[in-house]
Amino acid sequence: MSVAPVPTRAVVKRRRRSRLQRKQTTLAWILLLPALAVVAFVAFYPLGKTIYYSFTDQQFLSGLQPTKWIGLRNYKDLIHDTDFRNSIWVTVKFTLITVSFEFVLGMIIALVVNSNFKGRGVMRGVMLVPWAIPTVVAAQMWKWMYDDVFGVVNDGGRRLHLLHHSVAWISQPNTALGSVCAVDIWKTTPFVALLLLAGLQVIPGELYEAARVDGASPLQQFYRITLPLLRPAILVALIFRTLDALRVFDVFNVFFGNRASTQTMAIYDQNTIVGVGDVGYGSAISVGIFIIIGLFVVIYTTVMRVEEE
Amino acid sequence: MSTVAERAARPQPYELSRLRRLARSPWGRFLRKLPFWLLIAIIFVYALFPFYWAIRSAFTPDSDLFVTPVKYFPSHPTLTNFREVLSTKDFQHALINSTIVATSVTVISLAIGALAGYAIGRFRFRGRAAVLYLMLSMTIFPQIAILGALYTMITRFHLYDSLGALILSYMIFTLPFTVWVLTSFMRGLPGDLEEAAYVDGATPLQVFYKVLLPLIAPGLVTTGLLAFIAAWNEYLYALSFIQTPQKYTVTLAITTFQGKSGFQQPWGEIMAATVIVTLPLIVATLVLQRRILAGLTAGAVKG
Repeated sequence: MSVAPVPTRAVVKRRRRSRLQRKQTTLAWILLLPALAVVAFVAFYPLGKTIYYSFTDQQFLSGLQPTKWIGLRNYKDLIHDTDFRNSIWVTVKFTLITVSFEFVLGMIIALVVNSNFKGRGVMRGVMLVPWAIPTVVAAQMWKWMYDDVFGVVNDGGRRLHLLHHSVAWISQPNTALGSVCAVDIWKTTPFVALLLLAGLQVIPGELYEAARVDGASPLQQFYRITLPLLRPAILVALIFRTLDALRVFDVFNVFFGNRASTQTMAIYDQNTIVGVGDVGYGSAISVGIFIIIGLFVVIYTTVMRVEEE
Repeated sequence: MSTVAERAARPQPYELSRLRRLARSPWGRFLRKLPFWLLIAIIFVYALFPFYWAIRSAFTPDSDLFVTPVKYFPSHPTLTNFREVLSTKDFQHALINSTIVATSVTVISLAIGALAGYAIGRFRFRGRAAVLYLMLSMTIFPQIAILGALYTMITRFHLYDSLGALILSYMIFTLPFTVWVLTSFMRGLPGDLEEAAYVDGATPLQVFYKVLLPLIAPGLVTTGLLAFIAAWNEYLYALSFIQTPQKYTVTLAITTFQGKSGFQQPWGEIMAATVIVTLPLIVATLVLQRRILAGLTAGAVKG
């Protein structure tokens, strides 16, 4: 007569735990299901479809002509497309200018607001105001400020003797890019400052006290303590800002419509898809944008990984 | 350090002590702090001036608005511009449309996002990290990259030129962000209450509704406000998927506002519209300032 193995207490516990574990896992996936379904439906499915379209001559009103698989023709056209090349250049210039200004100004503002003074809370509230204003609305406000006859920028510039005559900031080619950059810098610098400020406040004050005792100058303190400890916050702020700037659309649309000389990648793409109705070619542009942005992500994550080691 | 100071001090002790006394006097303290306060003032003016300018233009009658030199304060403030804008049918529609879209998007994102946040934040299972990273990577997803496919999808579902198109497409940016932030809120909760509830025989869903959800209520408010603002401010999809002016959202209405004459851009009315559209957001932001900062940094710094 064989004796059925009597499970020890530990085994029972383990078995019970594993059953519980399995139940938990199932429940977790059920809870995740709606979120995953939505993401799959509104992001991944369209992404796959965009890639597919980029190999076809899909038009928006495709009832007229059946869609044809045209292989790499869209991409071949894209490589020789001077409008697209120009839009990349405009976008990259915009990104470099705005991100560097926002970072430097944001850092200065964060350092100033981080010191102890009466009204710091008010200041922090003030800094949230540009962030809360919709980009399109901010663009309209600035467009009016830039008005070549009744605008405050021209009037103020003349009063301060910075300008001799009124400038048509938005329509003149040599000031156009600068004028959009100023809007973006105004709107986003406070946000960058707030991110850096959050990082600054985590740095323990004793470090600065110790440095002061050792006779370090404020500048040395900044380079030796603040910058290294702030590095994670800085990198995150830079990544978010860069990726945001690369897909800029709103301000350019409000300022220039789809004027070819000041087109960003997103403007050119949107106009190709919606304005022209050429979904196939527009999708190839989309894939191009995706690759360019992906490139930046790879660069940044590599830098971050190197930093960590 | 002291030696240098002493050496410098020795030849003219009188001079230094006088300087020191000056520096300690209230006037000296003010002078020393002056650059700092100047900087604060500059930041203050820089951040607020464009908004001030919109307000001042909104309250200025056209007869004072289109003159040179520019007047910096409205000498005859008027509500005409506000009255004009608010009586425009298209702008009324836009306010209602944006409210419908932003509210629906917020509610749906919060409902789905809270469940997902509960799963990722309070359960241990394989693939948890992968899901979290998926959501994080979605927050940097370029919306333009799927415009073409969304465009045809929306047409196929007969959603083109309807608010439904916007509610659906806005989930791309509100949902991943909501999941991410709510997960960090869920994670931050202590486990005791949850365990106590389980001991009392509560099911996981009861724990979710009765224990965890009330605890993260502040997180829901913050995340909801951020999602609402994102949806309220959206422009690219609205511009692409909406055609008839009755279905415009506020961003579309503001960029296409024509006014009655159609001759001169009605800047006074446009500025009144910008103030109306922005003011609720600014007030809500300032009221929830602290929580918004926490929510934003949870979304960004922890990445």
